[in-house]
Amino acid sequence: MGKLFGIVLTIIALASAYPIVMHHYVQPVDISRHGHLIDEQLSDTMVEAGLAFLGAQILLGFFVFKFSNRKAGAKIRNLPGGAKLVVVAAFIFVGTEIMALGVLGQKAWADVYFTSPKPDALQVQAQAGQFAFYFRYSGPDGKFGPLHPDKIDEGNANYFGLDPANDVEARDDIVSGEMAIPVNREVQLLMHAKDVNHSFYVRELRLQQDFVPGLDLALHFTATKTGKFEILCTQLCGLGHYNMKAYLNVLSQDDFDKWMKEKASQQ
Amino acid sequence: MEQTPVQASHVHAPPQGFLRKYVFSLDHKMIGKQYYGLALIAVFTGMALSWLMRFHLVWPDAKIPLLGSLAKTGAPGGVITPEYYLSLLTMHGTLMVFFVLTNAPFAGFGNYFLPIQIGAEDMAFPRFNMMSFWTTFLAFLVLIAAFFIPDGPPISGWTAYAPLSAIGKDAGPGLGWGQNLWAISIALFCVGQLLGSLNFIATTLDLRAKGMTLMRMPICTWAWFITSCIGLLAFAVLLPACLLLILDKTAGTSFFIPSGLVVSDRLQPHAGGSPLLWQHLFWFFGHPEVYIAILPAMGIVSHVLVTSMRKPLLSAKVIIYSMISIGFLSYMVWGHHMFVSGMNPFSSLLFSFPTLTITIPATIMTLIWLGSLYGANIRITAASLFALGFVSMFVSGGVSGFFLAQPSIDIYLHATYFVVGHFHMVMGVAAIFGILSGTYFWFPKMTGRMMNETLGKLHFWITFIGTYCIFMPFHYLGMVGNVRRLASFVNDFMPPLMPVHKFVTIAALITGAGQFIFLYNLIHSRFRGAPATENPWEGTSLEWTIPSPPPWNNFGDRPVVVYHDAHQIGVKGSKGDFVMQDSPEQLPAT
Repeated sequence: MGKLFGIVLTIIALASAYPIVMHHYVQPVDISRHGHLIDEQLSDTMVEAGLAFLGAQILLGFFVFKFSNRKAGAKIRNLPGGAKLVVVAAFIFVGTEIMALGVLGQKAWADVYFTSPKPDALQVQAQAGQFAFYFRYSGPDGKFGPLHPDKIDEGNANYFGLDPANDVEARDDIVSGEMAIPVNREVQLLMHAKDVNHSFYVRELRLQQDFVPGLDLALHFTATKTGKFEILCTQLCGLGHYNMKAYLNVLSQDDFDKWMKEKASQQ
Repeated sequence: MEQTPVQASHVHAPPQGFLRKYVFSLDHKMIGKQYYGLALIAVFTGMALSWLMRFHLVWPDAKIPLLGSLAKTGAPGGVITPEYYLSLLTMHGTLMVFFVLTNAPFAGFGNYFLPIQIGAEDMAFPRFNMMSFWTTFLAFLVLIAAFFIPDGPPISGWTAYAPLSAIGKDAGPGLGWGQNLWAISIALFCVGQLLGSLNFIATTLDLRAKGMTLMRMPICTWAWFITSCIGLLAFAVLLPACLLLILDKTAGTSFFIPSGLVVSDRLQPHAGGSPLLWQHLFWFFGHPEVYIAILPAMGIVSHVLVTSMRKPLLSAKVIIYSMISIGFLSYMVWGHHMFVSGMNPFSSLLFSFPTLTITIPATIMTLIWLGSLYGANIRITAASLFALGFVSMFVSGGVSGFFLAQPSIDIYLHATYFVVGHFHMVMGVAAIFGILSGTYFWFPKMTGRMMNETLGKLHFWITFIGTYCIFMPFHYLGMVGNVRRLASFVNDFMPPLMPVHKFVTIAALITGAGQFIFLYNLIHSRFRGAPATENPWEGTSLEWTIPSPPPWNNFGDRPVVVYHDAHQIGVKGSKGDFVMQDSPEQLPAT
């Protein structure tokens, strides 16, 4: 039965690797300026992890195939080099591998988190609440009106808790259920949670960041392709979590200006 | 190393009467079996819940027979509601992580075999031990009670992220008393584990037989010892975290709730708390918990492999040192669960490197197991098959850790099925394989009867192939960006992925059904199995020197003296190719 184990394990290992090698299941098209760094890091890791996976599984299968249920009195041998070889090999190979991956991987991380947004970046405030996203643009004055949680009134479409009667800055703010942005222009996303934890995940943007109540976070990115993409909530937020989504509409600058004008007239 | 000449004295009298013998037993062996039994109930319950979830995901409108009457509000007419899906998800995770993966390999087998393997008559504190089990049992009842209250079980997942878990019923169904019961249950569970861990540590340090130096202990004894050290620190953090959560829920405090939250159109009367505080406290426990589940399995598998390979591991010392370094590192990596949580992005780098570093001891252990197989004469049994399966699963689940340890890749893969595949393989399935390997291996010792090997091997093949069919596709789904914890797949990109989900569900139903072969084997062999000898596998550690099943005081007043380390296999001894640990015979020079 050791032989069977060896054969089955080898088949499982190869079958597991097959869809990866054939690129059957891959990330969707990348529409961000930083996304290729993440994709490259992912495929580098896939090569290294894949080789480790195949190597270890096939070796395990081979050893069990060869060294099980042998004749009584069969000579027991030890691996030449013994434990010392194993420890040294692990330190050298895995040590270098993880250091390399760890250090290289910081590039993509740094690109997302350690750079400041450009001064001309478009600011969009995103608010996540059970179970919808809303987006706010500052309007012609370039200033967001302050938030008053006690004024939130979804029945009257005051999702953010704005008070235009008293706050001048709030009067021209544009609120939308869809997030439209211009292509090839940096966007700074100001993230605000209304109730519990949520998350902002756009697969095509290679971007995921939690909304944390009480902690307003900012994130910046540049979309490089036009089109409509789903924004998903990935942080368990309650019974409607599965259905919490919105659309990211990446438009040309002209279309974006038109969209903005249209929205402003609806407010 | 210094020898510890302390010999266990009579720690308690022979048990009298049904209650003392089977219920409120002070005997570590009975307590071990009680833990194992509880884990068995929990694992089949947890598995049934996963069946319901998998079924609902691919056939959302199908009526599930009986469920309609069992859960009138959660599944009216047998169709699972989105919130009930989340309840099932929460209860599945909680049952599996706490009541199965912690109870069976650590508290169950550890209780039964740790004292025997070090030559002790019982645990250091038998009453603590009894209390530890009954507290855990109470925790189990409190958790299950959530199914039977009007509020229903919580829907916040086994991680119970605040403020969703802290706000109360405004935030959703199950978050009122359901969540309270969850928090009380976990707090009780922590108390049980703290008592157990203290007991394991004291027993290992103080009750070893004459000649049983630390380095002569079997690897699994080491694994339980290290696990109890980890558990003592980890549960000591989760316990107060749960208490704070209960206070937020019931006493109006705001440890985890900031100001200005509007939930269900109500401005919440809280201010000043931090949701990230809960995540830090939870994962400070949660990551070591992974090793609490897997280290005992590593120990058991090493033990089974040595006996099955008929030769010692390349180096037991290296395995032990690797386990110690894993235990140590496990406290420096909790933040890798929080890369995109909103904590300072610089700390992600700090958490990434120790996480990647854990790969080194993990690789060393894998290579030691692999390298030891070279030139061996492996006896293929159900126990050794599951041990070999463990190594395979550990590798499969381990390599996906490479991806998730890197913050940049985690931006894309976080909260996708890739993560689900990763932790199920490395923590869930691998640890379960360790438990099953231990069960087939030690059943004869625990009951005095052999399990049916043919059924055991059949069970192995179904489980081994089945779990790969379930969890490998999860990685592919994650690569595409399939988000986890969704009650239905309403996203535009999901339809092409549904055949994969169907495949997984069918595999899960078959693999789950295969577990009933194990259950049948377990129960049938308990009463009808062939009688077991003292040492059916020709092992060398102390549990194989006493009758099967062992008498109440283990060694029957015989003074235990140990002469060798635990793994003298593959040497010429008087009985065959092994020398028992307590045999005074000289070892042939190597």
